[in-house]
Amino acid sequence: MEYYLSLFVRAIFIENIALVFFLGMCTFIAISKKIETSLGLGIAVVVVQTITVPVNNLIYQFLLADGALAWAGFPEVDLSFLGLLSYIGVIAAMVQILEMFLDKYVPALYNSLGVFLPLITVNCAILGSSLFMVEREYTVKQSTVFGFGSGVGFWLAIVALAAIRERLKYSNVPPGLRGLGITFMITGLMAMGFMIFGGIQL
Amino acid sequence: MSNVKEILFGPLFSNNPIGLQILGICSALAVTTKMSVAIVMCIALTVVTAFSNLFISMIRNRIPSSIRIIVQMTIIASLVIVVDQVLGAVAYDISKQLSVFVGLIITNCIVMGRAEAFAMQNPPGLSFLDGIGNGLGYSVVLMSVAAIRELFGSGSMFGIEILPLVSQGGWYTPMGMMLLPPSAFFIIGLLIWALRVWRKEQVEAAEFKIGPHTAMSHS
Repeated sequence: MEYYLSLFVRAIFIENIALVFFLGMCTFIAISKKIETSLGLGIAVVVVQTITVPVNNLIYQFLLADGALAWAGFPEVDLSFLGLLSYIGVIAAMVQILEMFLDKYVPALYNSLGVFLPLITVNCAILGSSLFMVEREYTVKQSTVFGFGSGVGFWLAIVALAAIRERLKYSNVPPGLRGLGITFMITGLMAMGFMIFGGIQL
Repeated sequence: MSNVKEILFGPLFSNNPIGLQILGICSALAVTTKMSVAIVMCIALTVVTAFSNLFISMIRNRIPSSIRIIVQMTIIASLVIVVDQVLGAVAYDISKQLSVFVGLIITNCIVMGRAEAFAMQNPPGLSFLDGIGNGLGYSVVLMSVAAIRELFGSGSMFGIEILPLVSQGGWYTPMGMMLLPPSAFFIIGLLIWALRVWRKEQVEAAEFKIGPHTAMSHS
């Protein structure tokens, strides 16, 4: 239990997917102008991450890894080069299923997420977590915790950035730096803040 | 002819994918500590963008719009797999250093964004050039960030020593900050600032105008 808790905390703070690994930066910078929208996007990322990382883990373990097809009678087949294609397929399909499910059963959440749900397919944070999961050879349980944790980490980071940017509207930024430029600077400062967690061993 | 030139060289400065379109930022930050790694990433991305634009443009009239994202993703993912395998065979060390970032070209918004915005409406030849142009625009930013970070962070360029380090009897004390990820944000931010001072039309409009009574207007 303790191990999973520390994995969870690691995924949120020490290995924050947005501010330490810089994944999902396009969405992170483009959709952080308002707190409400970034909250909605964050929730969608958490949900999609928690589902896709373990599903991709199962696919990797039982279909793609070297020798994984032994149960079907093909012990020497190695399909791991198909990894990228299957992960992105799973993510796209999951997002589509989630969209239909929410539309039918939780219309309130569906309406609040709106256009962000389909956009999540091309968010590199999601694909990145699946690739990290393969690289670090997590089990199904570990990858569920890792997926959830990194989703929460992304959520935390994007809401914090949106809060700062809402205040920033009233400040006197040099014209050339306005908008995109100053956002990069703020993200850099936030990333430096997150570096304090760097040396912590759990 | 001028149209071709604009498509090919426009993305370099006047419509830069990173500086103006907010596309493909993730990898710009993570793979820029060494120039040799960054240049491999640039070549890989330019190849993928150009060919995905070419193929998507070729079949653009046959793709039903409801499933176009999946079709585009499949084409892009297959190209990235090819690039990944080639890199693993030809430049194994560098492909290890790039780790997951080659795979992440799939979700690099430049590829997807150009496929959606340009290749779906234009003939194959022009789309191919547009892919190369945007790849070059990305490379310009990536290489300048990598040059600054490697020069000041480890005193070298492409691994060749430019500034002799103190630890090896020279005079230059390397800035450790430059090797850490946040420095990339500051460098890109400053590059965008420089670009917008030069090209005034790219400056974003202020959302909120500061009134004349504030102390700032007197200083």
